[in-house]
Amino acid sequence: MSEVKQETTHLFCVPERTPLSEHKPLTPTDFKSDVKPDWCPSCGDFGVLTSLQKACSALGLQPKDILTVSGIGCSSNLPGFFKTYGMHTLHGRALPVATGAKLANPDLTVIITGGDGDGYGIGVGHFLHTVRRNLDLTYIVMDNQIYGLTTGQASATTEKGVKTKSTPEGVIETPVNPMALALVSGATFVARTFSGEPNHMAEVMAKAIQHKGFSLVDCFSPCVTYNKINTYTWFKQRVYKLEEKGHDPKNFSQAMTKAFEWGEHIPLGVFYENTEVPTYEDLDPTIQRFGPAVKQRLGLTEKEQAEILEGFL
Amino acid sequence: MSNAFNLWVGGAAGDGIASCGETFIKICARLGLHAYAYNSYQSVIRGGHVLFQTSVGPEKVWTQSDDCDILIALNQDTIDRESRDARKGVLFNADRFKLEDNSLRPGARSLGLPIFKLSPNPLMQNTVALGALMKLTGLPFETLANLLRETFKKKGEQIQEANVQVAKSGYDYAAQNFPDLGISIPTGSKRRLIMSGNQAYAVGALAAGCKFYSAYPMTPASSIMHYLAPKGPRYGMVFKQAEDEIAALNMAIGAGHAGVRAMTGTSGGGFSLMTEAVGLAAMIEAPVVIVEVQRGGPSTGLPTKTEQGDLFQVLGASQGEYPKIVIAPLTLEDAFYTTAEAFNLAEKYQCPVIILSDLLLSEHQETVDGLDLNVKIDRGVWAKPKENGDEFKRYLDTDTGVSPRAIPGQEGMAYVAGSDEHDEKGELISDVATDPHTRNKMMNKRMRKMEYAARDLKPPILEGPKDAELTLVGWGSSYNMMKRMMTAFNQNGQNRINILPLRTIWPFPWKEVSEVLYRSRKAMIMEANYTAQMARLIRQETGFFIPHRWLKYDGEPFYPGSTYQKIEEVLKA
Repeated sequence: MSEVKQETTHLFCVPERTPLSEHKPLTPTDFKSDVKPDWCPSCGDFGVLTSLQKACSALGLQPKDILTVSGIGCSSNLPGFFKTYGMHTLHGRALPVATGAKLANPDLTVIITGGDGDGYGIGVGHFLHTVRRNLDLTYIVMDNQIYGLTTGQASATTEKGVKTKSTPEGVIETPVNPMALALVSGATFVARTFSGEPNHMAEVMAKAIQHKGFSLVDCFSPCVTYNKINTYTWFKQRVYKLEEKGHDPKNFSQAMTKAFEWGEHIPLGVFYENTEVPTYEDLDPTIQRFGPAVKQRLGLTEKEQAEILEGFL
Repeated sequence: MSNAFNLWVGGAAGDGIASCGETFIKICARLGLHAYAYNSYQSVIRGGHVLFQTSVGPEKVWTQSDDCDILIALNQDTIDRESRDARKGVLFNADRFKLEDNSLRPGARSLGLPIFKLSPNPLMQNTVALGALMKLTGLPFETLANLLRETFKKKGEQIQEANVQVAKSGYDYAAQNFPDLGISIPTGSKRRLIMSGNQAYAVGALAAGCKFYSAYPMTPASSIMHYLAPKGPRYGMVFKQAEDEIAALNMAIGAGHAGVRAMTGTSGGGFSLMTEAVGLAAMIEAPVVIVEVQRGGPSTGLPTKTEQGDLFQVLGASQGEYPKIVIAPLTLEDAFYTTAEAFNLAEKYQCPVIILSDLLLSEHQETVDGLDLNVKIDRGVWAKPKENGDEFKRYLDTDTGVSPRAIPGQEGMAYVAGSDEHDEKGELISDVATDPHTRNKMMNKRMRKMEYAARDLKPPILEGPKDAELTLVGWGSSYNMMKRMMTAFNQNGQNRINILPLRTIWPFPWKEVSEVLYRSRKAMIMEANYTAQMARLIRQETGFFIPHRWLKYDGEPFYPGSTYQKIEEVLKA
């Protein structure tokens, strides 16, 4: 391993985003890591992973320019199988970690992946606040309406009445509605897809990554082991595509109405997109004046030193 | 015990006590004097009893004092509570408040000011008092006038001059009506810097090239945020107020991982929320600096009072065993340099560095000498992509345990940083098959870093005569009182006490501490908590039991009188 000792103020190699014109054409395989996914056979998360690989290669993104951040849970293992820079963090804390990384280097394409327990359960506080900040992040939630890794307890999106290990007589709480929650929190891109529709999923993900601002992609990603209710078949009988029904994603109240549609008919697609809202990075005074923090020289100039000390005289 | 001049300013929160006291110490610092100020306040925005205690003098002043020379009382409550502690006199608004002669000390003067006559606005009573104080102390009025002009610069000349005029009326009234109290404070020529501990941390971060500060408001750490929030956009530091402390530290870890120097600050309660993420930083080997400013606990406890009760919380934070560095600065200069050093250590050893402060150290203000903002910056070891196409190993097992680092965006080194146990490449070993060999290897690699960090940290230094009768051991803000006690007890070349201040907390410098303590004639711990946590840590790490204890957990700092008495008792025992 070649080592570089850094006594000076600069990294030897400042991360530079590869310009679009120099992008090497890549295929989904280029985003495959050497690690084989450890999900149960036919888990919905496989569809999410391949759709994400498709979306990134279709967009011509370079793996080194992507940071994939996850929390904890079956689906949070995704960064290990996706050949980009990755972080596999704490249960429920992927969003704040991603926020810090994005603010440090806004040139990165930051994608967060995780499950419903991670994002809508333990991490729902961060979810709401990250949504309202509108950083340019893409949040992919593999929603299987159950805690899989801990072997089948009720999650925040488990429907009322469903019997799980932790709710032997059925859930008595109202489930979180992630679409509505994102919308009222000020999300600028809200979409839903289904692992059983991988092409549609890849298209929606590509749109989400391209969206400048916070985008939520809620993915129905069936847990074949612990959720015997919300199965592939269950979804296939119910889902339909909004874009085929003339839905206007610019219409907030229509999106809100669709967010509450559940039961016999469940909508997929882009519920809402608002391209008029500036991102957090575009408004942050320091980033605006100095650009990415990661590229700045460390230490103060003599003038700055004198100015700071003057404040204490 | 000291030739310092002590001014106290008391009143209810909202009376302008701090601004009055701060103006005075700033004047003194500008006149080349040393100054120390501690503000005793409560968790209310209006009301309560606030007492701003200052000590100034031509020689170093280490602490606040047991009583004052002059008391400026801004309400009746302060007159009733504190007048007996004024040696020379009490300045107060004679139009609104009453001071009975029998509530004064013998020889002290009642210094009533007819505020309604002297000021068009009774709210400016503290400015009138400051003017009178200039006369009583013999300090130049112009220094006050200039400072007032600076303070009200944004409000225009009219307001500036109105304030100067009101101060002058106080000065003139004192000249005509008050006796000479025999106070003289010899001034110097060098203007001194005056700042708080939290400001020292903040300036240390700026100097060290910290580019990201995230925090959630919590007394007594918030003033770091208050200093940095406006300075960020000026010096290129991104400041992010987080939704809670969990997010604050996780954001800082994200930023540190992405390649910038990142810091967060909080108090014990917020640190409780952060603990899980402290372990995350250690596991993914992300550099991050955390300032933990202790206040009175447990739970909400004493939000505006000092304590040193979080030592074990910080040492025991997060599950499992992992490398971390804990430093508890002793002085304001130390607070500044420790912060700069913390960033180097965090990047060199790729682990969390916790700066453990306490309310008294963080919030008290003191004149400081010798701050050099041109600090050394050492970013540790960085990886380069291998030319022969070999796979990059982010967690390479090396002799020092430190693996060359790469950051997202760099060509050819993409890897996954995992909070699960992982191998050298970063691949998880926890899920599919157990791998005891790799687990041991990676655990050893991480923990090995501490052996090298331990050599990199400053060892504790015994101050004072080697063979003193008593060795006083303490940490954090106790240091200033220990210094004051050493000066007081060792006058005329006596060998009565020496002091062992502990700054490097973890890895614990057990060798150096053992060497001092096993040779000491008598030892006493002095710390602001109930269970003598530092003494317990010393016993754990060295086997040495410190028999004498001077503990305080009432929220107020150590005072010189009672501390002196305690030491005398122990010396006699």
